Amino acid sequence: MSDITKQSLTELVESIKNKKLSSSEVTKAFIERSEKSKVLNAFITEDFTSALDKAKKFDQKPNLNLKLPGIPMAVKDLFCTKNVKTTAGSKILNNFVPTYESTVTENIWSEGAILLGKLNCDEFAMGSSNETSFYGNVQNPIDKDLVPGGSSGGSASAVAGQLTPITIGTDTGGSIRQPASFTGTVGLKPTYGSCSRYGIVAFASSLDQAGPMAQNVKDCALLQEVISSFDTKDSTSIDFKRSHYSKDLTNNIKGKKIGIPKEYRVDGMPKEIEDLWQKGIEYVKDCGAEIINISLPHTSYALPTYYIVAPAEASSNLARYDGVKYGYRADGENLIDMYEKTRSEGFGAEVQRRIMIGTYVLSSGYYDAYYLKAQKVRRLIKNDFDEAYKKVDAILTPSTPSSAFKIGEKTNDPVSMYLNDIFTVPVNLAGLPGISIPAGHDAKGYPLGLQIIGKAFDEQNILNIAFAMEEKINFKNKITDWWIK
Amino acid sequence: MSIDLKTIKHISKLSRISVDDQRAKKLVGDLNSIFDFIEKLNELKTENVKPLTSIAETTLKLRSDEVQSKNIREQIIKNSPQDNEDYFVVPKVIE
Repeated sequence: MSDITKQSLTELVESIKNKKLSSSEVTKAFIERSEKSKVLNAFITEDFTSALDKAKKFDQKPNLNLKLPGIPMAVKDLFCTKNVKTTAGSKILNNFVPTYESTVTENIWSEGAILLGKLNCDEFAMGSSNETSFYGNVQNPIDKDLVPGGSSGGSASAVAGQLTPITIGTDTGGSIRQPASFTGTVGLKPTYGSCSRYGIVAFASSLDQAGPMAQNVKDCALLQEVISSFDTKDSTSIDFKRSHYSKDLTNNIKGKKIGIPKEYRVDGMPKEIEDLWQKGIEYVKDCGAEIINISLPHTSYALPTYYIVAPAEASSNLARYDGVKYGYRADGENLIDMYEKTRSEGFGAEVQRRIMIGTYVLSSGYYDAYYLKAQKVRRLIKNDFDEAYKKVDAILTPSTPSSAFKIGEKTNDPVSMYLNDIFTVPVNLAGLPGISIPAGHDAKGYPLGLQIIGKAFDEQNILNIAFAMEEKINFKNKITDWWIK
Repeated sequence: MSIDLKTIKHISKLSRISVDDQRAKKLVGDLNSIFDFIEKLNELKTENVKPLTSIAETTLKLRSDEVQSKNIREQIIKNSPQDNEDYFVVPKVIE
């Protein structure tokens, strides 16, 4: 029984299709392990009883032609799930029960998967360590008191800790790729417009994108195939021909041109990250790909641009939380007082900080100096990638400037926390797909990731490169089950 | 550029988030360090750059203007902190 949770998604699908395992057996195994793993604090809401019912129903009349037949899975608590509480990691949505389903999760259930519960995340996905969640820190299964990264920290922890075979996160500036890197798992941020944003609690609408997280590249490809769809309910959803990402997955990347951007060699980057990157370069060469040195000259402007654009969009998106239509309401002497107290008590410190930055950069007299300026620099960053892609098919970089850090280590210095996303943020600003794969360990034995960035809509290509590299790297995640007594 | 306590109070009012003095003082420090970091953008000349307002530069698809969801008042009201079954209820605004 205990071995069930060690299996990859692909293996589980195979076992259910061959009737070696039933959906009930699989679902029960993940629930039992989750019950023993409360210390990780990966779940905000558990939906175990209902999951077992659904698994039983599936087994009575199994449809084995589906892509995720009877597969149990938990999802980030940023996706609205009908009749299941959705909090976005915030007190202000502490009692919010959606009456509708997000398109991405709808796609997942219609392929046969079963909801296990909702996973912890930074409040409104604003954070890089899962420490801003109203529902508490998440532990990284790699080591005690280590952050799992963020904002999809609960998702990363649950996949690495084998509480769910796969999951979905969201990525606005690195929120899938950075936690994947910190936990030794695979995370894909798709092209902007690939996965519908309908029913996802909005943070920064021009950057937000849902994506798969898994133990390996193949599982990631399969889940991407399920969640990516054109959706008329999201006006920024893009109608393009989507590949059969898992079926078309190949490790043949011979002749592919891989760019190495010199600007990602940042000051103060630990030698082990530099070495890992070099190893990655050797791996892709071994696979027959060609390495080309490139320049993305505006890289160092990406984070300052992001910290204008994202808070500006967040300040408008989060204006809806006013204590009137849903969520938390504080008592006030009058309407304005009620708004101000509701938002002051309902939002945590980081969310308030970002709303205030956003409000300031959009306010009268500062719009041109900050917001308009940032939109212009965003164009320059996108142009850098457009230029590079005239010469290369994909770009290889480290995923993060360091391995996972201790809980509490960076909470008092917002800027040092923001620097975590230095390699991932440019990808969101340019709307491109990026995948992080585990590629090695640092001296402490903590996992480190490499990122492959693709052209827009070229997920298949970066999945293929990741698949080929994965074979060469042969990464083994060091999970000791330290939290299970 | 430097953000002072008065500015923080002003932004707090615009954001409809009440902050006490202690919190406001902390925000002065936080926001100044963040804006110091953001100021880096001024190194770049951008007079002739067109702002990027949407990453997917496509035109919006048109659809017929028809009601898609009918009779969902109950669902919409369901999550409100206070209602009278027909309306959202807020503190009195007219004396």
